[in-house]
Amino acid sequence: MAVDAQTVEKLAELARIAISEETIDEVSNRLGDVLQLVDQLQAVNTDGVEPMAHPLDAVQVLRKDEVTEPNRRDEFLALAPQTEAGLYLVPKVID
Amino acid sequence: MEWEVVIGLEVHVQLSTQSKIFSGASTAFGAEPNTQACAVDLAMPGTLPVPNEEAFRYAVMFGLAMNAEIGKRSVFERKNYFYPDLPKGYQTTQLEKPIVGAGKVEIHLEDGSSKTVRLHHAHLEEDAGKSLHEDFHGMSGIDLNRAGTPLIEIVSEPDMRSAAEAVAYLKKIHSIVTYLGISDGDMSQGSLRCDANVSVRLKGEEELGTRAEIKNLNSFRFIEKAIKVEAQRQIDLIEDGGKVVQETRLYDSDKNETRSMRSKEVANDYRYFPCPDLLPVVLTDEYVDIIRGELPELPDAKCARFEKDYGLSAYDADQLTQERATADYFEQVAAKSGEPKLAANWVMGELAALLNREEKSIADSPVSAEHLAGLIARIKDNTISSKIAKQVFEVMANGDGDADAVIEAKGLKQVSDTGAIEKMVDDVIAASGAQVENYRNAAPDKRPKMMGYFVGQIMKASKGQANPQMINKILKDKLDALL
Repeated sequence: MAVDAQTVEKLAELARIAISEETIDEVSNRLGDVLQLVDQLQAVNTDGVEPMAHPLDAVQVLRKDEVTEPNRRDEFLALAPQTEAGLYLVPKVID
Repeated sequence: MEWEVVIGLEVHVQLSTQSKIFSGASTAFGAEPNTQACAVDLAMPGTLPVPNEEAFRYAVMFGLAMNAEIGKRSVFERKNYFYPDLPKGYQTTQLEKPIVGAGKVEIHLEDGSSKTVRLHHAHLEEDAGKSLHEDFHGMSGIDLNRAGTPLIEIVSEPDMRSAAEAVAYLKKIHSIVTYLGISDGDMSQGSLRCDANVSVRLKGEEELGTRAEIKNLNSFRFIEKAIKVEAQRQIDLIEDGGKVVQETRLYDSDKNETRSMRSKEVANDYRYFPCPDLLPVVLTDEYVDIIRGELPELPDAKCARFEKDYGLSAYDADQLTQERATADYFEQVAAKSGEPKLAANWVMGELAALLNREEKSIADSPVSAEHLAGLIARIKDNTISSKIAKQVFEVMANGDGDADAVIEAKGLKQVSDTGAIEKMVDDVIAASGAQVENYRNAAPDKRPKMMGYFVGQIMKASKGQANPQMINKILKDKLDALL
């Protein structure tokens, strides 16, 4: 079952992925295949089965509340395309 | 038509942990931009989150204080959206299995009535960074120091029916988190922020109206104003035949209006799913019980105790217990002076006025609890009158020693010497022939009122230092002797 073009466009926008007009059909079919697999999984009766978070039933380990990270701003800023006054610069965003 | 406003609040509270919720970077406020943003906070490839145990302890404390169920097995989810102050492209939060479940809290209104507001749930999540839109050559600057600061988001049921109730609820939440010491509650620094869901319906109607969400309200005053103006906007809209649209709105305090945040209307689809980087966090009953045993006395319990132990009115007890620092200060003054009622009056009266005037918190009060207690003791033992006490208080506020030193240095000691007071009374009577004549000719029931003139003159002559009870007695005897 293919996903309709409109849904593909909406997903692309949410994921900030550019999808060209020509590839919409192909993407739509591939997403459809994935969803088919999901449908197969959905068909299994899971009444009374707790969702599994880890195959060995492990639980999360917590850490102590301590500051362990030094300031490495200069190294990180050096990786960014544009910085100023200790800030990362990005195209203007106003909400 | 009578309209009813329905309000639910989402309150974000920054937890005052040392380090972030998923990394070991510092959460201290006011640092140079990006000096407290580590590889995890920046979403560098290959990094993994490790949760901070203190954030869970704080969240559990809050849940217990709200009489809520504690999620013994809580799960983190990813809330996906793109914004430059969120480097991962998702916020790690909780949805299906939050750390704190349903609960309830009592709020106190100005008219003395109380009301229960139900808590829907509260969950742990991370804060985002900050976008600075000043002029960086047409670009925005991003500071990620705040990214990853632990938050609890506290979601109420739509149980509030006026802006005043919403403010009372928020003050209660503020009071609880600061009592618990899990947040500094400083709204000016964004430690406590609030989104308000507001809708209106005709009174008596069962179904809720369509709601608008007002984002990022950061003072008690703005919350009250924003809710009022938004409710009125919706009422006007409906009365003019329009329809409320479910949307996010922003409150503009300069214009006192809310306006639509159109950009967010496009697909508010966060595509939540369980975070594969984090396993369920499991807390034991023993762990929760230990925290329960360590909870401090909370505002409601303290308020009840103040009424009972100190004989304060419900209103006074409530005022004094809203902030823990005020309650502690009051208790010190009450204990040291042995005069709880006078202590309450001074803390809520002169001291509150002084702190307000100097824009100081009670923690930085220029007059210490010990000094105020000393002053009250001198009122009690009649060394000074309440009126002179106010002068002494002002001098103490300038840091010029304790009450005894000020009274001594300024010669403010109350005159309780019978001879001296008798002389002043005689002088005033002698100088007030007309008033004495009036007093003599007045009906007996009018006379007590007429004494005010003489008392005023005597007080003036003594520069306010004569013992008022003694003036009253001696004056009355002398005047009545003239009848």
